[in-house]
Amino acid sequence: MPSADADTTETEATEAVVDEAREALLEAVTEELGDAVVGHHLIPGRDVWVRVAPDAWSDTADYLRNRQRFRFFDWLSAIDWLPSPYGRSLDAEVDKAAEDPDGDDASSGVDIADVEKVAGGDTRFQVMARVYSLATGIGLHVKTDIGDELQVASWIDTYPGAHWHEREVHEMFGISFVGNPDMRNLYLPGDFEGYPLRKDFPLMARLVKPWPGIVDVEPMPEVEEADGGAGSSDAAAPSATNPEDAA
Amino acid sequence: MTAISERRQLAYIAAQAADARVNIELEAEGMTLNVGPQHPATHGTLRIVLQLDGEEVVGADPIMGYMHRGYEKLAEVRTYPQVTTLINRIDWLGSFANEVPFILAAEQLMEIEAPARAKWIRTILFELARIANVTLFLGDMGVQLGAVTPVFYAFRDREYILNQIEAATGGRFHPNFDRIGGLKDDLPAGWIASTKTALDEIRDFCDEMEELIVGNEIFEARTRGIGVIPADVGLSYGLSGANVRASGVDWDLRRDSPIGQGQGLAYDELDWKVWTHPDGDSFARYWVRLQEVREACNMVDQLLDGLPGGPIMAKVPRIIKVPEGEAYVATENPLGEMGYYVVSQGGLEPFRVKIRSASFSNMSITPWLLKGTYVPDVITILASLYFILGDIDR
Repeated sequence: MPSADADTTETEATEAVVDEAREALLEAVTEELGDAVVGHHLIPGRDVWVRVAPDAWSDTADYLRNRQRFRFFDWLSAIDWLPSPYGRSLDAEVDKAAEDPDGDDASSGVDIADVEKVAGGDTRFQVMARVYSLATGIGLHVKTDIGDELQVASWIDTYPGAHWHEREVHEMFGISFVGNPDMRNLYLPGDFEGYPLRKDFPLMARLVKPWPGIVDVEPMPEVEEADGGAGSSDAAAPSATNPEDAA
Repeated sequence: MTAISERRQLAYIAAQAADARVNIELEAEGMTLNVGPQHPATHGTLRIVLQLDGEEVVGADPIMGYMHRGYEKLAEVRTYPQVTTLINRIDWLGSFANEVPFILAAEQLMEIEAPARAKWIRTILFELARIANVTLFLGDMGVQLGAVTPVFYAFRDREYILNQIEAATGGRFHPNFDRIGGLKDDLPAGWIASTKTALDEIRDFCDEMEELIVGNEIFEARTRGIGVIPADVGLSYGLSGANVRASGVDWDLRRDSPIGQGQGLAYDELDWKVWTHPDGDSFARYWVRLQEVREACNMVDQLLDGLPGGPIMAKVPRIIKVPEGEAYVATENPLGEMGYYVVSQGGLEPFRVKIRSASFSNMSITPWLLKGTYVPDVITILASLYFILGDIDR
């Protein structure tokens, strides 16, 4: 593979096709929710995102389920947009920009609002969900920004399936869902401390021992022999004694 | 004459009183029954705490996490090609099917399209993974009802398919074969003919199961009308795959998503049918899966006949950096909808991977579904929902 640039890959002719169904949906949602829609994004023929104000989070679910016939609850999760204070272990040059030895949220050098996000966003945490309409075959991503109080309304009254997803987000990100009575940990032990999927939660295994492919490059055997006689004579000793033992 | 009937009446009243007393004594504050964490119906380690009132379940609380491996966190420190090794182990009975949506999501972000032959082989392996996975369910359901024989047939006949997967990919359970832009290798010589033989074995197996299980009086008595899920309830809990098709919902991502229709997998070229069942009970879930295995055999047959030639890899940079963006790709996996929401910030590693696994949502309905059922039915209902613990815990 001689070529190393991403641009040579065969891309489809950019679709100038207008995605009428998704645009109509986007229009209807914007019209209904009004100012609550603070951002949106549409990729024709593929996907559509709507970002709503946190106050409108449960109304959005109600509208989508009962008026837009999004009957299928797909999933709910969250994203922590903080650039990892530990850097990205594999891409060195990006690390240098983002890395900060203090590992402090505020001083990490990158403004979270500037990070490229689909449908935008201002806060560190975003909760997002996907619902799907069987009638039209269209899935819709809904996002909302989570402020410092780290809470948002629950969806369980509209979509009971959101319950476990909200429990998972709660234990992994520390975001509470107002109106969900059962916020016990789903996966983690009850007394677990910290929120593992936050970017500032260290992945200890990786910190203790960096990726072996980069750091632990063992010298090739020939190099070792060329270094000096000590290594090679040690290695030869057992093989020399073995035949004697056998005899 | 009157004396006898009076005596009978008195005896009857006395018996009723005695029964009532026994009932009062038994009716304590309810009983807690712990199912698992080790139970053959759980395909892994799942614990369910049941609150019982006599034989009736009044509350069910599944407790997971015994197998939580944190793949969403681990994926953030691995390059895109390395992630497939992890996600192979989510649904370990149909591993290849786990790789496909992730690879497709990465391809979508990179705007790469795999060549036609790679798409077709992906679809073949995807359906073989389905056959290997669901075949085991078809036999295993018998065990949960006390019939041990079918599961031996299932293990025996699943091996034919696993051998084919191994011959093509090198791995029986964890192929790790899908690549961004195509596949690792082409099919080996003679593979098409031997796969056709294997498919015949599976077709025989399906007929055998139909005779052994579906026509069986005990099986029908234990599954018909048990664990009924209305379509709307199922959908609002996020139930997908055969579980929701058994409730009469005619929805299959292989047919209804652009990914199934040529943008990644080649289902649009095939002549096939989405099977549904109107009942929504345990029997319907079994029946739909049985038909889907047969349909998968037909699909693979057609794919093998029409396999196009050409390369199996698109032109892909040696070091894979995925441009900034977010993409969600879901496919119709053996257990239901499986999808990955991949957030890239232009690096070697994904910034965030949300794994939407089918069993997680399929299981979330159990507290609702098990309420009001009886203890012996709990196991059959769990078995008929068909979940893999790796797919719940991730």
